[in-house]
Amino acid sequence: MAHYDLIVIGAGMIGASCADAASAEGMRVALIEPGPIGGGATAAAMGHLVAMDDDPAELALARYSLHHWEAFADLKEAEFSRCGTLWVARSDADRNAAAARAARLGAAGVEAHLIDAATLYELEPALTPGLSGGMLVPREAVVYPPRMARYLVQRAQSRGARLYAGRRAQALLSSGVQLDDRTRLSGPVLVATGCAIPELLPMLPMRARKGHLIITERYPNLLRHQLLELGYADSAHGDADSSVAFNVQPRPTGQILIGSSREFSAIDASVSPAMVQRMLERSFAFVPALRRLQALRIWTGFRPTTPDGRPYLGAVPGATNQWVAAGHEGLGITTALGSARLLMDLIHGRTPAIDPAPYAPSRMAA
Amino acid sequence: MTERYDILVVGAGPAGLTAARTAAAHGARVGLIDAQAQPGGQVWRHDVRHHAPREARAAISGLGQVELLSQHTVVAVEPSALRVEMPRGASELRYDALVLATGARELLLPFPGWTLPGVTGAGGLQALAKQGWPVAGKRVVIAGSGPLLLAAAATLRAHGAHVLGIYEQAAAASVHAFARQLVHWPAKAMQALGLRTRLAGVPYHFGSFIRGASGDDTLSRVDIEGPRGSQSIECDMLGVGYGLVPNVELAQLLGCALVHQGAHPRVQVDALLRTSVSGIYAAGEAGGIGGLAVARIEGEIAGHMAAGQTQAATALLPMRGKERRFGALLSHHFALDPRLLSLANAQTLICRCEDVTLGELDGFSDARSAKLVTRCGMGACQGRICGTALAELGRFPRNGARPPVFPTRLATLAGLTTFPSSDDY
Repeated sequence: MAHYDLIVIGAGMIGASCADAASAEGMRVALIEPGPIGGGATAAAMGHLVAMDDDPAELALARYSLHHWEAFADLKEAEFSRCGTLWVARSDADRNAAAARAARLGAAGVEAHLIDAATLYELEPALTPGLSGGMLVPREAVVYPPRMARYLVQRAQSRGARLYAGRRAQALLSSGVQLDDRTRLSGPVLVATGCAIPELLPMLPMRARKGHLIITERYPNLLRHQLLELGYADSAHGDADSSVAFNVQPRPTGQILIGSSREFSAIDASVSPAMVQRMLERSFAFVPALRRLQALRIWTGFRPTTPDGRPYLGAVPGATNQWVAAGHEGLGITTALGSARLLMDLIHGRTPAIDPAPYAPSRMAA
Repeated sequence: MTERYDILVVGAGPAGLTAARTAAAHGARVGLIDAQAQPGGQVWRHDVRHHAPREARAAISGLGQVELLSQHTVVAVEPSALRVEMPRGASELRYDALVLATGARELLLPFPGWTLPGVTGAGGLQALAKQGWPVAGKRVVIAGSGPLLLAAAATLRAHGAHVLGIYEQAAAASVHAFARQLVHWPAKAMQALGLRTRLAGVPYHFGSFIRGASGDDTLSRVDIEGPRGSQSIECDMLGVGYGLVPNVELAQLLGCALVHQGAHPRVQVDALLRTSVSGIYAAGEAGGIGGLAVARIEGEIAGHMAAGQTQAATALLPMRGKERRFGALLSHHFALDPRLLSLANAQTLICRCEDVTLGELDGFSDARSAKLVTRCGMGACQGRICGTALAELGRFPRNGARPPVFPTRLATLAGLTTFPSSDDY
């Protein structure tokens, strides 16, 4: 039976980051992935590197992770584009809220500026008239997640990690894992299977939260920043069964990527014309010129969502040598690198750079 | 805005025209949807300078009560409805029964130089000439495979092009064996004879294919591999197509099962042209390449079926069988030379929308991984060209279609029925 220092299950952005970090520490790593690398939520993701400030724990993880993303700012495979994030205020109330948020981000070490309406239109002339300003977070960026995940897997492989491609982890053993071809691997296990977590770890509840995305043909310079409405967090962190929020991103190719929708009860991956319509109506309200753009493709994806919205990062409750990193909802790309480092510190018994308590999976065992 | 029809027919080529007319004759309210300004499809595409063939004119003028919805592009599907886009607006068309007559597109195979300006598909060049693209006096080479090369060459010649030659990849013995079989289909024999007459003086070479095309900014020379070795020809335009591939994207989005046999899928239908989805029928090339006569007889069968006239449809089955056998004969005698699949090298562009070379696809075993990393097939053609070529090359099959069916205005997807004028932005 092959023995490894760490067996990572799932080669999405989270599993790829963990395999990369573990191999960098000299661990003998196995990585198990039944489908394409980054073929789940990673492939469907917008790839926005963004700090959300409404939960201090989430902000700490994002801040820590964003710092590590800087190492990839010039990496071809990351397609890192520092477009910044522009949060758009529709009303004075929005703008007041933005002031509080800019202060929270600033206190956490994330550069953020409150901007008035005139500056807003200077930055983004295509925005609809009558907006009251917003908040600019200039250092944030967008990346191309599936290519990045593949890069991290290949880097781990170059350090000796073994990829079990096309293999599915069928069951966790007391120390190791059994694959669908009856192969058994021994060693500590790290489960990073996103929405599929309950298949291997039924004690950790996870819901799949469906999202739609639309990408257009190329319209260079129509938009320059990742644009979000200030009410975005109400959709992202609210518990409504379905919601939409204005979230539009200029890709480095000149294409425009349009989000975002959230649905709990929709379980099939088909595109819902009604949801697409709601998303587009929302985006037209902020950027009317979008109406004339040509859409190339629409797809859906599922965000792995825990009951409290925070990821599971740490030891599996009641088990030894089993770890979990999953449940990042819509922030998995942003927080993958920090999550991987946090896990490495926990596995090696070191004190992590940020407090791990808010993410401890044991919170569900209570 | 929603409009209701008893029967909608998608595609106004020979199959769709026949299906629409047949269904309407039973008293149904029929809408015939087509993206082009003029009906006719690819084979009867409107020619700005020349009359359509008599049978095409008859099919178009015989539409009677059918509502012809020209310049309507089907972009998305909804339960028992299609979302269509027009030049100045969009609407939703509801149906009780649907006939898919979405036809076929050309198979383009990559070779060094195939993306140079001046190089197009053979059918593509024929369509350009019919639409008025200037070809008079141009030196044109037609290459690829199948009887459509003759039709393309004849159109080019009629528009004043100087057709230097037709280069058919199938061997002479195979094409001649095919020609001998035509006695069983006298109409086709006459058609072939007519084309040969119109192409008098144009050399028709067998066992020959284009190995490469070159030129500084635009095409100036093609390299041809023939039974007696290689040669180069100076020319201004090259039309090269390797036969046809069914258009199945709309059927796929509607949930219709496909037959995956050979490199390219086709819509699965039973003898009465029912797809796997109740109330949806497929006629003509979408259900497998069969040619004009298959398209017309299947259009008639599907038109009867969509109108609930199973008996009338059943009566036509023997005719359909005979014409389908002709389609099988075509694919047998014009089977592709395996050398055609290794013309492209690592530097040859495969996906021209996203600038992906064949070499960049090395090391990927499935289309989805390759697409995720290289964006091959993610451009404006939605993988119709590169995905089809890669499937033929044996790299990987094209994977599932995503909406929209064709690139579409966001306004259409948002359900807006009229588009704002440009002053509104």
